[in-house]
Amino acid sequence: MKDIIDELEKRRDNARLGGGRARIDAQHAKGKLTARERIELLMDEGSFEEFDMYVEHRCTDFGMEKTKVPGDGVVTGWGTINGRVVYVFAKDFTVMGGSLSETHAKKITKIQDMALKNRAPIVGVFDAGGARIQEGVDALGGYGEVFQRNVLASGVIPQISVIMGPCAGGDVYSPAMTDFIFMVKDTSYMFVTGPDVVKTVTNENVTAEELGGAKVHTTKSSIADKAYENDLEALLQMRRLMDFLPSSNKAGVPVIPTHDSPDRLDHSLDTIIPDNPNKPYDIKELILKVVDEADFFEIQEAFAKNIVTGFARMEGSTVGIVANQPMVLAGVLDSDASRKAARFVRFCDCFDIPILTFVDVPGFLPGTAQEYGGLIKHGAKLLFAFAEATVPKVTVITRKAYGGAYDVMSSKHIRGDVNYAWPTAEIAVMGAKGAAEILYRSELSDPVKIQTRIDEYKKRFANPFVAAERGYIDEVITPSATRKRLCRALNMLRNKTLENPWKKHDNIPL
Amino acid sequence: MRQAEALESAYGKDRDPPMFKKILIANRGEIACRVIKSARKMGIKTVAVYSDADRDALHVEMADEAVHIGPAPANQSYLLMDKIIAACKATGAEAVHPGYGFLSEREAFPVELQKNGIVFIGPNPGAIAAMGDKIESKKAAAAAKVSTVPGYMGEIKDAKHAVEIANQIGYPVMIKASAGGGGKGMRIAYDAKEAAEGFELARSEAKSSFGDDRCFVEKFIENPRHIEIQVLGDKHGNVVYLGERECSIQRRNQKVLEEAPSPLLDEKTRKAMGEQAVALSKAVGYDSAGTVEFVAGQDRSFYFLEMNTRLQVEHPVTELVTGVDLVEQMIRVAAGEKLPFKQSDIKLKGWAVESRVYAEDPFRNFLPSIGRLVRYRPPAEGSKDGVTVRNDTGVFEGGEISMYYDPMIAKLVTHAPTREEAIDAQAAALDAFYIDGIQHNVPFVSAMMQHPRWRSGKISTGFIKEEYPEGFTPRAPEGKDLITLAAVAGTIDHLGNTRRRDITDQMSGHSVNFAKRRIVRIGSAEVELEVLGAIPGPYYVSILDGDGQPTKTMEITSEWWPGEPVWFGTVDGADVAVQVRPISNGMTLSYRGIQAPTYVYTQREAELAALMPVKLAADMSKFLLCPMPGLVKAVNVSEGQEVKAGDNLAIVEAMKMENILKAERDGKVKKVAAKPGDSLAVDAVILEFA
Repeated sequence: MKDIIDELEKRRDNARLGGGRARIDAQHAKGKLTARERIELLMDEGSFEEFDMYVEHRCTDFGMEKTKVPGDGVVTGWGTINGRVVYVFAKDFTVMGGSLSETHAKKITKIQDMALKNRAPIVGVFDAGGARIQEGVDALGGYGEVFQRNVLASGVIPQISVIMGPCAGGDVYSPAMTDFIFMVKDTSYMFVTGPDVVKTVTNENVTAEELGGAKVHTTKSSIADKAYENDLEALLQMRRLMDFLPSSNKAGVPVIPTHDSPDRLDHSLDTIIPDNPNKPYDIKELILKVVDEADFFEIQEAFAKNIVTGFARMEGSTVGIVANQPMVLAGVLDSDASRKAARFVRFCDCFDIPILTFVDVPGFLPGTAQEYGGLIKHGAKLLFAFAEATVPKVTVITRKAYGGAYDVMSSKHIRGDVNYAWPTAEIAVMGAKGAAEILYRSELSDPVKIQTRIDEYKKRFANPFVAAERGYIDEVITPSATRKRLCRALNMLRNKTLENPWKKHDNIPL
Repeated sequence: MRQAEALESAYGKDRDPPMFKKILIANRGEIACRVIKSARKMGIKTVAVYSDADRDALHVEMADEAVHIGPAPANQSYLLMDKIIAACKATGAEAVHPGYGFLSEREAFPVELQKNGIVFIGPNPGAIAAMGDKIESKKAAAAAKVSTVPGYMGEIKDAKHAVEIANQIGYPVMIKASAGGGGKGMRIAYDAKEAAEGFELARSEAKSSFGDDRCFVEKFIENPRHIEIQVLGDKHGNVVYLGERECSIQRRNQKVLEEAPSPLLDEKTRKAMGEQAVALSKAVGYDSAGTVEFVAGQDRSFYFLEMNTRLQVEHPVTELVTGVDLVEQMIRVAAGEKLPFKQSDIKLKGWAVESRVYAEDPFRNFLPSIGRLVRYRPPAEGSKDGVTVRNDTGVFEGGEISMYYDPMIAKLVTHAPTREEAIDAQAAALDAFYIDGIQHNVPFVSAMMQHPRWRSGKISTGFIKEEYPEGFTPRAPEGKDLITLAAVAGTIDHLGNTRRRDITDQMSGHSVNFAKRRIVRIGSAEVELEVLGAIPGPYYVSILDGDGQPTKTMEITSEWWPGEPVWFGTVDGADVAVQVRPISNGMTLSYRGIQAPTYVYTQREAELAALMPVKLAADMSKFLLCPMPGLVKAVNVSEGQEVKAGDNLAIVEAMKMENILKAERDGKVKKVAAKPGDSLAVDAVILEFA
């Protein structure tokens, strides 16, 4: 019996070495960790249980029968993050470059099936060279199987992708269909076709970093939600993220007990709105001062900075936050900001995460670039997302809520549950100057007259009370009491029940 | 004396004249608040004045009444006598306290007030005229047989004239605005080129700050110490001195640390300086609080520098060692009261140390920083076990440090029986002084409190330049401070780990533990430790040796909770305050001048962390970056131009100071990215070099 158990340990040790010492060293030399090291960092110490450690490929073409490595280029299994079950697969670059074979894909789909069936999140760690060319269509078939499962799991369990090396060709579409993509600076890149093919087809000279590095995908394409300095930072931050996310669409948000009082007042918020309406302020200061323990996990921090999205907690329970950022483009809604926020709102709605919206929006961004770029439909995405969401929605208008953008930003008209305004709020069709200049076009030549008109308009509409008179604002609150009010509102909405009419699915303007 | 005589004849010699019912404070910021406090204590109503920029300022909030006096720039508000007088009339204020700066040393101000029947809480105009003007005061001092520094007392016509005089006196020389003070309009020159440049700059700063562009030149004494005598006179011919203050720790001639008494002086020198100061004051009929400034050599030789005919910024250290409320006495003598004490009553008790907390970046050569005080949590004030903590401030959390005025945020003063205890108390108070939103010099003054040379008292006005020639860097964590920080970091991490294990939705039947053994990385230092204990403590932190054996175990108590800016607690019974600023996967801890990114890892995390590549910051040496938020006044070079190291490249104005940006090495300008009039953020590109 003892030798049999010894034999098991030997086989395990052999499998754990992956592609061997030399390849592990090469991986480290590139500043990257191995698949198993990454999983160690992600999971609670000692909690990871590996599945399919001994799986080998079955390909016999091109001499492949001679190069078999247990595990076949991907490490799969499950473990816990702060005691909560999480499934994981991590591509092992030390084994045939982490390339995807039929059996490699089967290992992934097995884990995907378990995660979906058992309603727990799944994390994919990518660091691989794409399809295993020797296997041809078997590899492509494998990809398809993975894709199908990504789609079925979407909106049921959180799916997270962490790109920690190359991710190209067929490999990119699985992450693309997951909820969040994170990258590591300098060591990861993602693209459908690499620099060589680009050169052949379009004659462009471009490096992998320029084509699909972390910077490109977090600032330009918005493919990735955040980039980290290195593997360690990325994986420890994934642990932090998982603490915010529900295990499934039925599980409800996780709660971490806190001592941060729901009644905490912050008097410095009473001075956050500058006297000059054209002067910006940092909406993140408001977010950090309102949420539990100033802990805010921002999503898409580097893209469309005119809107801020991310997770925080109120009285220990996760909330999603959407906020216009006056510091960037005055917090205007443009195509990028609308798409970014729409996707975030839909994630929250999928997973039963209440949404807090902070509004300071001067409207939609005008111009040919925006209109040609499809602002109408991109803007509609955010409107659609907020309007269809059935989770608790609490809104605070801090300053400007102008025009159609007022409607879009989780207004009462699209089923905002509780809509507060600060006394500094201005809810109007547009700013006083613009409005007066249209209403009194004939008086434009007389600066004194038009200024009187502007002042009149300002007095009448640049406040929250016109909207409050109509019930579009439930209450005007003092800024310093915002946390207290929001905590109360969220508690009041804890048992909210609202269902949209039955449909196969909606038809959001994609 | 006229006023006193009038008061005496009206109320009789033996009765105290009536106290003011209402006074106006013609100032802003901490000093306005300071004056209001004393007035309130005396039962006097107060009137604040404010500019557009100070609408929501603390002094406006604290005063019984407030009057708006104009736009933000001081020369359109706080410097306008008419507005102040109108405000007095509108509110019925009987007297005006000018604070420091602004109108405090304008001879014309008390004259105008008097014309309008308003009392000036300060010296009579004659004394201001004699002493307020730096040139006149030198003559007066010489006449009163006060030892003086060689220099040129006349008015200087132009830069050429300034160079001639400087050549005669011999370098180094100091060029100084006649109406100046507080380091503004002041330049030191080591050669003719610098003398010419310095004169122009001093003159233009003098004009913009004081509305008076006259400057003078004098010999600059090397390795000097700045020691000043506080005097207090009344309208009955009495003058006393209230000991000295040493203010040698300065940067760019702006005081940073002050203390009373001076570690340099002995009783004999103190008496000699005090008596000269009193003789000088009496010679000019000085009748309020004033300060006679001396420059002192390390051999205790001293020379008269100038007299400030106002309340000094650093007056609190004198108040704490003498127990005299200087503002109260200024108000009383202005109302005609006699000084309630004689020279023999003045006893110096204990030691007081003051840090000026400025909105300036110690890591960028102390350049000013402006903006919103996102967080402002000063240490608790009060007296306990013979130690007093006092914080004079004019700001509040959520307030604004404006570009229009002095960048001082607060004056933190500690008093204790000995110098060492006062310094330790200051260090502890600074640990708890938490400011965010702007850059500030708390890390610097904190580090100073640990500096062996400062602690030894062997200081000079060149201290900062000599000790930090390459600029300021935080203290390295080591020794006892490193262990304390590691223990605090370990406890913070332990608290986080413990409560994250309380998250809902966990897999049942299998309790999840976490490793108690941790590796703490603080900057480049590393400490291995083990933390035990449950919320709410106490926690027990054992420092481990290389074999994992505990070498020392500490008991930690703290009620700190994540999100709170300052960790307050005890480490083995001693009070500790550490500032905590979260960063990705860690925190930046600030303590005793140490400011270091801190990470707490499990052993495995630490092993893998060691494999992570070290990334170098992007090379910005090819760019001239704007060192502070400010206005571009001039760009002195054009594209394609060759420049030599030391050449002037551009001038950026911030906080009313013109900052010349010089080339650090020879090179060629590739691109000019900013133009005069541009308002730039910190780190904005001004020039790019080829």
